[in-house]
Amino acid sequence: MRSVQALAVAVLSVLTISDVSRAAEPKSGGIFRIYHRDSPGSASIHEGATYSVNIPFMPIFNNLVIFDQHIAQNSASTIRPELAESWAWSGDNKTLTFKLRKDVKWHDGKPFTAADVKCTFDMLMGKSQQKFRQNPRKSWYDQVDEVTTNGDYEASFKLKRPQPALLSLLASGYSPVYPCHVSPAEMRTKPVGTGPFKFVEFKANESIKLTKNPDYFKKGLPYLDGIEFTIITNRSTAILGFVSGKFDMTFPTEVSIPLLKDVKSQDPNAVCVVEPNNVSTNIIINSSGPPFDNLDIRRALALALDRKAFIQIMFEGQGDIGGTMEPAPDGLWAMPKEMLEQIPGYGPDIEKNREEARKLMQKAGYGPDKHLQIKVSTRNIAVYRDPAIILIDQIKSIYIDAELDVVDTAQWFPKVARKDYSLGLNLTGNAVDEPDQSFYENYACGSERNYTNYCNKDIEKLFDQQSEETNLAKRKKLVWEIDKKLQEDVARPIIFHARTGTCWKPYVKNVTIMSNSSYNGYRYEDVWLDK
Amino acid sequence: MFAYIVRRLFLMLVTLFGISVIIFVLLRVVPGNIVDILFDAAGFVDPADKANLERELGLSQPIVIQYLHWIGGLLHGDLGYSYVSEKPALEEILPRIPITARLAALALLFSASIGIPLGVISAVHQGSKLDYALRVVSLSGLSLPSFWLGLLILMASVSLFGTMPIFNPNPKTWLEALTIYAVPAMAVGFRSAALTMRITRSSMLEILRQDYIRTARAKGASEASVNYHHALKNAVLPVITVIGIEAAFLIGGLIVTETVFNIPGIARFLVEALRWRDYPIVQNLVMFIAVVVVVVNFIVDMLYAAIDPRIRFGD
Repeated sequence: MRSVQALAVAVLSVLTISDVSRAAEPKSGGIFRIYHRDSPGSASIHEGATYSVNIPFMPIFNNLVIFDQHIAQNSASTIRPELAESWAWSGDNKTLTFKLRKDVKWHDGKPFTAADVKCTFDMLMGKSQQKFRQNPRKSWYDQVDEVTTNGDYEASFKLKRPQPALLSLLASGYSPVYPCHVSPAEMRTKPVGTGPFKFVEFKANESIKLTKNPDYFKKGLPYLDGIEFTIITNRSTAILGFVSGKFDMTFPTEVSIPLLKDVKSQDPNAVCVVEPNNVSTNIIINSSGPPFDNLDIRRALALALDRKAFIQIMFEGQGDIGGTMEPAPDGLWAMPKEMLEQIPGYGPDIEKNREEARKLMQKAGYGPDKHLQIKVSTRNIAVYRDPAIILIDQIKSIYIDAELDVVDTAQWFPKVARKDYSLGLNLTGNAVDEPDQSFYENYACGSERNYTNYCNKDIEKLFDQQSEETNLAKRKKLVWEIDKKLQEDVARPIIFHARTGTCWKPYVKNVTIMSNSSYNGYRYEDVWLDK
Repeated sequence: MFAYIVRRLFLMLVTLFGISVIIFVLLRVVPGNIVDILFDAAGFVDPADKANLERELGLSQPIVIQYLHWIGGLLHGDLGYSYVSEKPALEEILPRIPITARLAALALLFSASIGIPLGVISAVHQGSKLDYALRVVSLSGLSLPSFWLGLLILMASVSLFGTMPIFNPNPKTWLEALTIYAVPAMAVGFRSAALTMRITRSSMLEILRQDYIRTARAKGASEASVNYHHALKNAVLPVITVIGIEAAFLIGGLIVTETVFNIPGIARFLVEALRWRDYPIVQNLVMFIAVVVVVVNFIVDMLYAAIDPRIRFGD
């Protein structure tokens, strides 16, 4: 009897193993259907600054290098070759040379060469005849002196000074290589790439369609016959579409925490993940005039924040508290907890912090009988408006009476640039979990995305110091020091870092949602459908 | 009558010219333009790039020149290029018109075919339980926002049948077309049907109290003949006016319905184009809608004259 049981167990295990191996074997075919949250302004990734562009168009392209698409945490150690076969730094860390693949063709049949690499980055550096309409990441290449080619299959980035972060910036979904023979205007409407999928059509407000590239240089890939994005701006309709099986996946990182419950209750088989997305909700302060030119009032404001309350109200507790860099464990550069809690306003005793804030307000001439009257300006979008309302409620406790000033999206940046605001509620998305990207873009003197014009030459020196540092441990300590100083200076107080959900049907295989970026994980060349 | 038609046609042209000026000016008065929006999406403003782009799109020209450029193009059938898609505006607008037109026509048909008979029934049975029930239906039709009703329909469809209507802009058969358009048309037409029902009811009640109705009954005419031949024919005039006005107002409901049901028609497209400040799309679409409204008004007035022989415009 025992032997019969053993035989049955053995047979079952063999069956199970073979079943698992069969299930794990990727299948080719099928159209991957995703809804898109809005109609992107263009198809050109280099001219965009939202993942509304990256998600549908990243599968058309390749980078020189890319973050591994199946490791959720992007880091220097997860960078993999794509158009480059290999890369090497020179001894002085000032030249980064890429050996390129020789078997790559653009979707229109033309061969890919080093000239395409040079012209792409010359355009990004503003050194080319052809110009982008917008160039939001020009500052990424500030340290690149020139891009040179050596024959058709070698390209070198010559730097003004060492910048180890360059490789990570090149591995972002925002860094595809464009073809030299296609104009920037055509790339906005009919992009041509080397990637696993070819562009078919983009109908504004309707759909974006991609089809399999049969000549993709990675043999056997992609598995899917195509990807179809249906543009649905109404979130309820889109979610109903997913639940009813019209879509295989939701728009990545777009399902809010409360909505996630709805999805799971209506479609219990759906696979849903919640990940941080490296987007911080923060306060921009106009310190160029009263009342926030007074450091005491700025500090009082930072002390009044109850960050946990924001996260509880908005995300049912699913959010993270941190500084400029994304909090650990998903963020690689976050200050240790004990260091974070030393910063005014980050201590756990909120009432004690607020008491201190009230004293600072009284020192500045305000108190129970004389409240400070201000406006909190923000964009007319729920993810902006909701935290602004909580902020207004919280700063009441330190004698500040604030009124919500909702600004039309078209007017938001011009208004901020005019300094026509006191306090603003803002969202900052980071394309790469990398200090060079965050510090130079958002806090460097004169940077276009430094909305508050915060300028501290001492901190700026530290920006360069950390940027040049090749020793990772030393660099991390410098980054923590900078982040702490930015918070103490109340440069752009970070309220919280959000987490968001993505759901897909169980037959969708090989999807990985990045945990420290919303911009880098959409190549989808080895995603397949088990149906 | 002929003089009246000529005068009306002339007035139509004047109205359309006025609308074109108002739309053009209003669009430019609204804060922000496409360049602001594009840079907003990029998260920064570079003054030099901004100026280049404004020059490229012709937005740096004086407003009068921009207007003349638009009108000149319009007269030659050139609607310009969409700032967003960079495709000809006509190519963007044209395929969306039949979608919205079908939806609007079906909504109006639904509104008339449901609203008029129910209004008559309600009036004929004034004070009965049926009358009260129908009045509740019409009141709810006026009160329920179409986005809510639309979502309710979609949710019911998913919960009951596990599916929801998919929109196919190119249905192959009439039956397929009807299934695709019927549900959104009902969602958008419910309000119009309710309004039509109320107007028909009150108009019928007024007519039913007239002396000539009493005379018809005294002469032994059947109840059906009194209601449908004598009363309805005269009661229907204000109903036609209301349906005409509703046709003009339908665009508001269509915007919501096209969004909820994800229908790629002109109403939703107009809102998206407005969001992007895509002037060539917005001004041409608004002009198209204006032409439709003006023409519908004209047709309604003509129908008035045709139905009621007492009305002889311009004679």
